[in-house]
Amino acid sequence: MTSMALDIQGLEFAYPDGLKALAGVDLRIESGERVALLGPNGAGKTTLALHLNGIKEAEGGTIQIGDLPLSEENLGEIRRRVGLVFQDTDDQLFMPTVGEDVAFGPANLGLRGDELDARVNEALAAVTASELKSRPPHHLSGGERRRAALATVLAMRPDLLVLDEPSSGLDPAARRELLNLLQELTITQIIITHDLPLALELCERSVILDGGAVVADGPTVDILTDTKLLERHRLELPFGLDPAAVRDLVPRRA
Amino acid sequence: MHAPDGFLNAGTAVATGAVSLGVIGTAVHQSKATLKEKQVPLAGIVAAFIFAAQMFNFPVAAGTTGHLLGGALAAILLGPSIGAIVVTIVVVVQALAFADGGLTALGYNVLNMAIVTAFGGWALYRLFRRILPNTAAGVVAATGLAGGGSVILSSMAFSLEWLFGATAPIPFDTVLGAMVGVHLFIGIGEGVISGLAMGAILVARPDLIYGARDLDRAQMRDRTPIGARTLVISGILVALVFGTVVSQFAADSPDGLERVAADTGIAANAQDHTLDRFVFADYATSGIGNEALSLAIAGAAGVLITLLVGFGLFAAVRGSRPRRDQPSGV
Amino acid sequence: MGAGHAHALYVHEHTLLHHLAPEAKLAAAFLFVVAVAISPPQAIWAFVAFAAAIVLLVRLARVRFRFVAGRLLVIVPFVLFAVFIPFIGSGEQVEVLGISLSVDGLWSMWNIIAKASIGATISILLAATTEIPDIVRGMGRLKVPAVLVSIATFMIRYLEVIAGELGRMRVAMTARGYDPRWLWQAKPIAASAGALFIRSYERGERVYDAMLARGYTGAMPDLGHRRATRRDWAIGAALPLFGLAVALAAGVLT
Repeated sequence: MTSMALDIQGLEFAYPDGLKALAGVDLRIESGERVALLGPNGAGKTTLALHLNGIKEAEGGTIQIGDLPLSEENLGEIRRRVGLVFQDTDDQLFMPTVGEDVAFGPANLGLRGDELDARVNEALAAVTASELKSRPPHHLSGGERRRAALATVLAMRPDLLVLDEPSSGLDPAARRELLNLLQELTITQIIITHDLPLALELCERSVILDGGAVVADGPTVDILTDTKLLERHRLELPFGLDPAAVRDLVPRRA
Repeated sequence: MHAPDGFLNAGTAVATGAVSLGVIGTAVHQSKATLKEKQVPLAGIVAAFIFAAQMFNFPVAAGTTGHLLGGALAAILLGPSIGAIVVTIVVVVQALAFADGGLTALGYNVLNMAIVTAFGGWALYRLFRRILPNTAAGVVAATGLAGGGSVILSSMAFSLEWLFGATAPIPFDTVLGAMVGVHLFIGIGEGVISGLAMGAILVARPDLIYGARDLDRAQMRDRTPIGARTLVISGILVALVFGTVVSQFAADSPDGLERVAADTGIAANAQDHTLDRFVFADYATSGIGNEALSLAIAGAAGVLITLLVGFGLFAAVRGSRPRRDQPSGV
Repeated sequence: MGAGHAHALYVHEHTLLHHLAPEAKLAAAFLFVVAVAISPPQAIWAFVAFAAAIVLLVRLARVRFRFVAGRLLVIVPFVLFAVFIPFIGSGEQVEVLGISLSVDGLWSMWNIIAKASIGATISILLAATTEIPDIVRGMGRLKVPAVLVSIATFMIRYLEVIAGELGRMRVAMTARGYDPRWLWQAKPIAASAGALFIRSYERGERVYDAMLARGYTGAMPDLGHRRATRRDWAIGAALPLFGLAVALAAGVLT
């Protein structure tokens, strides 16, 4: 019996200058799903992500994470359940060493001493970054930073992982490492990305967000083979990608 | 500049240390209300910005370069208390982690480079804003003038510390003349760079500037240039401040009064004031051509600095409210 | 005006000094320099004793003398001023090689040079044996207010990031033929500094969001760093006790 990991209904949000960023978003994701969130720049994808853990406050609509509705009182638990990996890793790795960054989250949850240490090591091992523990973030490569940022979030044992452009700026090898990593994680994932091959390889389902609303929602292969749909929303398949040809290789909804 | 250990005597190090601790302690306490938790990473990153900005040089003349101090700019951007705190942290970390500035010199290094520049600079900024038009150009000009003035105030403060804590037989008036004279030029550089940087920030994100939050949209867009009259008044004010320095050069040549005193034998007694030897450092007053005038100028400089820094502190503690609603950061 | 160095002085080694708790080192360094600062310059033997102690520490820390000498250059402007003093100083004069030098001035020169170089060497040793985040943490353990420690922690994390951005801006400008020699040509530099401030400010807001996302509720959590033990304090006390003994003897005997 699959449970609902995320349930967004009618989400609305406008910037201080009046610009409507989210105009009624509906989205339901089941536990264990991997969903790619696609769309042109400025569609509201990052803004939507920032609503999921209460950093931005909606003006209308509801958000439910698992069985918990998003509200002021629940913010602590919500922020444990939703792990957000930011687009710019320098914003997220703000402590002098990676180890301290990874410890920051669980320490805020109350872990101390050996328990905290164990959690840090567990998270770093999960992203194969154990050797980065005492390194300062600004001395790491892009791929190492991305894995470290992921570890900071995994350390809180979230139920829902939201990644904002995780493969941007990575060289092919680092990208492959990241992809394999995400493949192994069984946590429910929302991956905001322009990297359509990544979406095709990892996510059985894709959602297109444009103008602050969901304009398409379905199996990734179907979405990516609909060239007119892609064109309407400023998306384009990279040269040489033929989703139809790999239809049998991509993940499918159970 | 980051003075090393041993430059001023122990008494001065302790006294300035106590003053610095008191002022920064007050600033921390007072800013607990305004330094919302949101601003802690912000203050840290701005501190990094100031630190980095101090490392880079800007051209002054014929290829020689100068460095920014940034205290006044920090105060105008973040508010005087947080500005002073931020620059203090820069100075302290420079001493502890980069061996720049003596550990026992922290008292006067913090006082001169963080407290006097931030609070004194803020006071100068408020004064100049009052006489300059309430426009973006006014903010830029006030920032520039405050930036330049803060550097000169800082050098005056150091000279006053020399008066009480000199460890070398160089008279106070020589130090004052040299320090302020040199910093007049450095101040021009700091003023120009601060003003130009403020101009760039105003164009893009005026809402980030603490010292400009009283301007509404219309005033911000007002492009009328600053009139000659206001610039002249500002110039006169600045000149008055530095007049204390210029008059130092007159102090060394005996004036009419002194000649009279020498003729009637009063001067010999006047030079032997034992009282000031208890207060001022052994060396600071010997060798001065006209001790009374020098000390009077020192007094005036001291009063000026105290007034300005005090005004800056008072304004910070009072925490003036912005006159228009700030859009709350989401 | 002095320009701070962005190059950390830390020299990676495993020595007694390196492993000593930072708060003990900070206190020891400060108290020792106080002892040096209050010693009368006439007691030349005292400064020889201080120098001997310093040499011992430099060997103990396995720091190369050449390294220390290089970093000592920061006091050169003040040394030059000190050398100048006997020539322009007032008071009793003495003839040296036909030049009239002030006796008091000579003592002042010695006073400043001795204390400045000893003080600077201790500072260099402190920085060479203690990583910057540990120095900041040591400050906190010595009762520096938590908010100042937090601000300092973020500062050191982002210093290289921002210095790097500033450097890249300069490179970009130079690449377009910008070679300013006079103050009125500095507008692009100042404008780029302004732009950098804005970017830094906005990054500050994003870092705060990232902290919220990992459960930050206003106070930095205790991440379990090792605290100074009685052994640390005992070892640390050796230097200032020595210094104070010498200073007292010098004061009494002079």
